[in-house]
Amino acid sequence: MIELFDPLKGARLQVLDETGASDPGLDPGLSEAELRSIYEAMVRTRAADAKALKLQRQGRLGTYPPSRGHEACQVGLASAMAPGDWLFPYFRDLGMYIALGYPLADYFHFWMGNEAGQRTPDGLNIFPIAIPVGSQIPQAVGAGIAAKYRKLPIAVVSTFGDGATSEGDFHEGLNFAGVFRTPNVFVCLNNQFAISVPRARQTASATIAQKAVAYGFPGVQVDGNDVLAVHAAAREALARARTGGGPTLIEAFTYRMGDHTTSDDAARYRTKEEVLEWERRDPLLRFRLYLGRKGLWDEAAEAKVQDAAAAFVEKAVAEAESRPPAAPEDLFAYTYGTMPPDLEAQLDELKASLAGGRR
Amino acid sequence: MNLTMVQAIGQALAQEMERDDRIIVLGEDVGRDGGVFRATEGLFDRFGPERVMDTPLAESAIIGAAVGMAALGLRPVAEIQFMGFIYPAFNQIVSHVARMRNRSRGRFTVPVTIRTPYGGGVKALEHHSESTEALFCQVPGLTVVVPSTPYDAKGLLTASLRSDDPVIFLEPAKLYRAEKQEVPEKAYEIPLRKAAVVREGRDLTLIAWGAMIPVARRAAEAAQAEGVSVEVIDLRTLSPMDRDTIVASVKRTGRALVVHEAPKTCGLGAEIAATIGESALLSLNGPVMRVTGQDITVPLPKSEEHYIPGPERVLRAVRRLMEY
Repeated sequence: MIELFDPLKGARLQVLDETGASDPGLDPGLSEAELRSIYEAMVRTRAADAKALKLQRQGRLGTYPPSRGHEACQVGLASAMAPGDWLFPYFRDLGMYIALGYPLADYFHFWMGNEAGQRTPDGLNIFPIAIPVGSQIPQAVGAGIAAKYRKLPIAVVSTFGDGATSEGDFHEGLNFAGVFRTPNVFVCLNNQFAISVPRARQTASATIAQKAVAYGFPGVQVDGNDVLAVHAAAREALARARTGGGPTLIEAFTYRMGDHTTSDDAARYRTKEEVLEWERRDPLLRFRLYLGRKGLWDEAAEAKVQDAAAAFVEKAVAEAESRPPAAPEDLFAYTYGTMPPDLEAQLDELKASLAGGRR
Repeated sequence: MNLTMVQAIGQALAQEMERDDRIIVLGEDVGRDGGVFRATEGLFDRFGPERVMDTPLAESAIIGAAVGMAALGLRPVAEIQFMGFIYPAFNQIVSHVARMRNRSRGRFTVPVTIRTPYGGGVKALEHHSESTEALFCQVPGLTVVVPSTPYDAKGLLTASLRSDDPVIFLEPAKLYRAEKQEVPEKAYEIPLRKAAVVREGRDLTLIAWGAMIPVARRAAEAAQAEGVSVEVIDLRTLSPMDRDTIVASVKRTGRALVVHEAPKTCGLGAEIAATIGESALLSLNGPVMRVTGQDITVPLPKSEEHYIPGPERVLRAVRRLMEY
């Protein structure tokens, strides 16, 4: 299916239109339970995101990159992944974490500035959040090389924004992937802005998806506010990766409805009208309309999902806030496998200072 | 068997790859060509293209890929063709390789060995003679290792390949074929984080590593002829540093001289001098002195001997120090 949407011809994969009507030839045909679970994850993501913003304003959480508007990209992709697959994420992937079952308390913990939140629970294949832009891409390719070497039937996903496609690591990573035909799925969440710089200033290419052509593998642009389109493209790309078909680049065309981070003011570089236009295309709204058409959504169901999401978020906040910050020992423990004498001495000095000795 | 350093390195790689199929060599020209210095010669034929990977010419992706390979349980050995070309990979090394254990609270480690030839004296082109080891020594989480003999190269590389911490393994290009030495056929480790007293002496401690060890030895012999007994310490692992061996020696000799090829300012000599100041001040008969590359760009081959410390410059410093 991906090949039917040639990015060089300006094609974009869309399953749901803005009224929630689905294209029967493209609908991935998910079960009712799967559809409900996707919607729940999207609602939880929106709720957790709003909560993180509030906590930041109250000084309870640090600088935070909001995800509002990206829920379809994140949940559509995560819901297509299999338990053995890996994720090399970027810093705006809240919905991926929620949909993949990463404890939300841990996720908050990291953004609250607590070291302990950086440990991915055993059994979840999620690499630490990459803040240096694009640096996770060649790492994902390395994981793909390893998967191939070890003959593991898995796919390795890497997410990034449109700004990352200007980085050398994007080029180097995708070039490696093409040469070594690795089981990678690269997903660019093209939200039109890298902080303030618009997508047109990142590349003169008409689409990001078409860059895949130059690396020798398929690329496809999908409507990133259409969770079924993202899911369908991801499912196909992941299956191809797992079965030796090589990498795929998916460009999820979306919009960052919020600021870049809580330190940003997007009003400086874009108009209210533009934002309103995209709010009309809200990914949650569209999916809700689709579910309504299928008889899977009504006001009562919505209230239930919202209540469950609120409780889920509140529980995570309480848990995250109840944890103490990392102890001094913990800050030193993971620098090397065994602590060298220098670090032991520095830790002792810190502890003596904390104990209040005079010198 | 008598081996050059580059042969000893190749032997260590081959033996460890034989022992552990998680070890994968990757880099530019490491496969069919056997590496531009031939350090990986024969590995491609023996272990195949899956384990000896010729990569596209992209240093950041070589190291980035190594990080991801490690996440899935492999132990990559990445070759960067010259230290002067390591900088495109600096972000991967500093932001990820060095701190992945910490960033993941121990869930993920990066047991990668990054091999790269460093240093001058081989009449190479611009950007082929750098020794910027101090850049890496300031990064928590990295282990920086430099051998000075074929025997040490094999033992230190074997230990590096078996280490669960990332190692920057700096190979002095000048010494790759400078001498042959008896190297045991059997695999052996020389412990990391441990310096070696390679020449005992009473009057002065000379601290050096890599290609400066032969220079230090020659200077020490010349000083001996002048009646000065010089102890030479080969640091072997630059970071984490074996400060105890340095301090113990300086406490006995009362004088310390550091010799390195890297520029003087903020070079490792400064760290060593500070260590001696902190731990052996009252044993000193004179200041800790340094003979180093100057704070200039490494000159092109016709003038590089002005930059790289030689035995004469070292001997002059020994004489000055003995005047205290």
